[in-house]
Amino acid sequence: MSVMNKSAKKDASPILSVRDLKVHFPIPSKGLFAPDRQLKAVDGVNFDLYPGETLGVVGESGCGKSTLGRAILQLIPPTDGQVAWLGKNIVGAPHRDMQPLRRDLQIIFQDPLASLNPRMTIGEIIAEPLVTHKPELGKEEIKARVKRMMARVGLLPQMINRYPHEFSGGQCQRIGIARAMILEPKLIVCDEPVSALDVSIQAQIVNLLQELQREFDLSLIFISHDLSIVRHICHRIMVLYLGNVAELADRDSIYAAPRHPYTKALISAVPIPDPEIERNKERIVLTGDLPSPLSPPSGCVFRTRCPFAKDKCAQEPPVLERVSDSQEVACHFHDSI
Amino acid sequence: MTTNHILTVENLTTRFQTPDGEVEAVNNVNFHIDPGETLGVVGESGSGKTQIFLSLMGLLAKNGASTGSVRYKDKEILNLQPRELNKIRGVSMSMIFQDPMTSLNPFLKISRQMTEVLVEHRGMSESDALARAITMLDRVGIPGAAQRVHMYPHEFSGGMRQRVMIAMALLCDPEVLIADEPTTALDVTVQAQILDLLRDLQTDFNTATVMITHDLGVVAGLCDRVMVMYGGRVVETGSVRDIYYDSHHPYTEGLLKSMPRIDRADEESLFAIPGQPPNLQNLPKGCAYQERCEYVFDRCCAERPLLREFGNGRASACFREDDK
Ligand SMILES: Nc1ncnc2c1ncn2[C@@H]1O[C@H](COP(=O)(O)OP(=O)(O)OP(=O)(O)O)[C@@H](O)[C@H]1O
Ligand SMILES: Nc1ncnc2c1ncn2[C@@H]1O[C@H](COP(=O)(O)OP(=O)(O)OP(=O)(O)O)[C@@H](O)[C@H]1O
Ligand code: SF4
Ligand code: SF4
Ligand SMILES: [Mg+2]
Ligand SMILES: [Mg+2]
Repeated sequence: MSVMNKSAKKDASPILSVRDLKVHFPIPSKGLFAPDRQLKAVDGVNFDLYPGETLGVVGESGCGKSTLGRAILQLIPPTDGQVAWLGKNIVGAPHRDMQPLRRDLQIIFQDPLASLNPRMTIGEIIAEPLVTHKPELGKEEIKARVKRMMARVGLLPQMINRYPHEFSGGQCQRIGIARAMILEPKLIVCDEPVSALDVSIQAQIVNLLQELQREFDLSLIFISHDLSIVRHICHRIMVLYLGNVAELADRDSIYAAPRHPYTKALISAVPIPDPEIERNKERIVLTGDLPSPLSPPSGCVFRTRCPFAKDKCAQEPPVLERVSDSQEVACHFHDSI
Repeated sequence: MTTNHILTVENLTTRFQTPDGEVEAVNNVNFHIDPGETLGVVGESGSGKTQIFLSLMGLLAKNGASTGSVRYKDKEILNLQPRELNKIRGVSMSMIFQDPMTSLNPFLKISRQMTEVLVEHRGMSESDALARAITMLDRVGIPGAAQRVHMYPHEFSGGMRQRVMIAMALLCDPEVLIADEPTTALDVTVQAQILDLLRDLQTDFNTATVMITHDLGVVAGLCDRVMVMYGGRVVETGSVRDIYYDSHHPYTEGLLKSMPRIDRADEESLFAIPGQPPNLQNLPKGCAYQERCEYVFDRCCAERPLLREFGNGRASACFREDDK
């Protein structure tokens, strides 16, 4: 699967190009005349995404994963930078230009039940995008398509008139996926789609997403804090820390040889379900907590927790540098550590 | 038989009365734990993990009731009067709750919340109690504990708040510590710090620890023995090595196989257990796992498999074993 995708990727052009994307939230300050402060939730992100590719976005709570996902879809207006969809910048595009693009760009959320309208039947929920974007379709046709999609995601089509609360978490996530898929989009941003689910149900949903991807040549942005699932489903991985990209690399490179000290710590901290391996593996334990995003450290944002930090790290922010064909790292000392 | 079990649970059953009927949240559960030992409790959401321990701590919701026996050392503690229970609860036996806000009062400073139990149960003076609180906060790795002890819960980050809860649970040097998903809401790098802390405490104080979690990686690194729950019942128990390298119950096997692993690049699709977890209000006749089990046969749908022991503290509730 990934092999096929990697080769496909070389000759195709990117479906999505993100350049220097920033989202800064103004935070009202306490003083009456003091200026607002800026919370830099996403602070200059660059990447390309290819058809049929899955990009994983990982990092600790609050590092900007959801904000990035929403800013790409223009659900949050970016403060700066560009998002090119099929070669055309969509940042600041008027509503009338965005509307047709919404068909291609979908999102699914972490909390399956909370993201579904409790007063609508699941048939209505799944049909809604069709009704909005393809009003020319007749009622019967819409119903037929909804039933087809329900069957495809593993829901019994005769459940079409039931309400969300009658379904389990895993089933609600299938409803969310059916709704996102009904217009056959080209890109789905998956924001922690399996985090709220049981281990045994997570595997079902991950497999479903992978099958749909193959069938429809979907591109996915897969936001998660679970690095084990990300390793399984993603072709490339972006590691975020306080709104900055620490590392961006192919799946195999980043797990075999992480280059950024934060990536190394993150990967080594994930528990492995095997007692011998888990008890004997080498771990890098970071000290301290994530700094406040309102007053990020000067220079390298990771320096307050970095075991390798030197003077230079406080003075200059490192830029994302290409260290091989498949790997980019933002660290002054990536060569020596 | 004399044992040095610090906690012995026998035939524990907990039911809730609801407008839609009775919910059998915990059904005939038996286990024990020794000093210095860590018991992992795993299972799907709703399988009864939390309710077992709320039952024995006397903290069930009003519509719930338990039967059976829970002994702390030699003393029966199930359904004890709150006044009696309070001599043990939070003193010899503490619980770190799944939801941090269950045990932290948002309107009270940490200092007040921590000193209260010491003054009340240990007869300490206010100033000694405060000193002890600061020592414990320091012990769980909260920098500037002497100042931070005077802060409110919301002034701490998620990881710090979790550490405050651990410090509170450890105030009276409990002999039994029950940790209910203590790291689930935390990032992996902070989780690693907390797990190290729990390991250290165990070595230093010989605390008996129960670790309730859905993360089989956490159990692999921390626990001596494992108890696997499904549909309100224990379906398998054994040493951590037996469970991970030689599981007998099809659910345990499926659970382990369905975990994606960070140390492996598997190209194939994940193994997925089909179907949904059972509805406790309406458990099927026979084995609760029958609808999802790849080995299901006639007997499984007619009879309920009981937990059967086969040496070395190992047990599994499955008819397939009978044929082995
Ligand atoms: N509307 C907003 N106004 C102000 N700050 C915001 C807003 N939305 C997000 N933030 C802040 O931006 C930062 C990034 O938040 P975001 O939700 O993107 O993080 P995340 O990586 O998705 O975290 P999690 O893993 O917890 O979901 C956080 O510090 C958050 O508090
Ligand atoms: N007050 C109550 N009334 C009725 N049913 C209840 C009540 N409290 C819990 N239950 C039910 O008891 C069952 C067991 O719940 P429990 O909290 O022990 O699950 P758990 O295994 O800890 O799950 P999780 O992993 O989600 O924490 C659940 O099905 C739950 O719905
Ligand atoms: S730039 Fe410095 S502080 Fe940042 S990751 Fe590299 S060594 Fe650490
Ligand atoms: S008793 Fe039957 S259905 Fe239950 S786990 Fe064993 S083989 Fe499967
Ligand atoms: Mg998020
Ligand atoms: Mg629970």
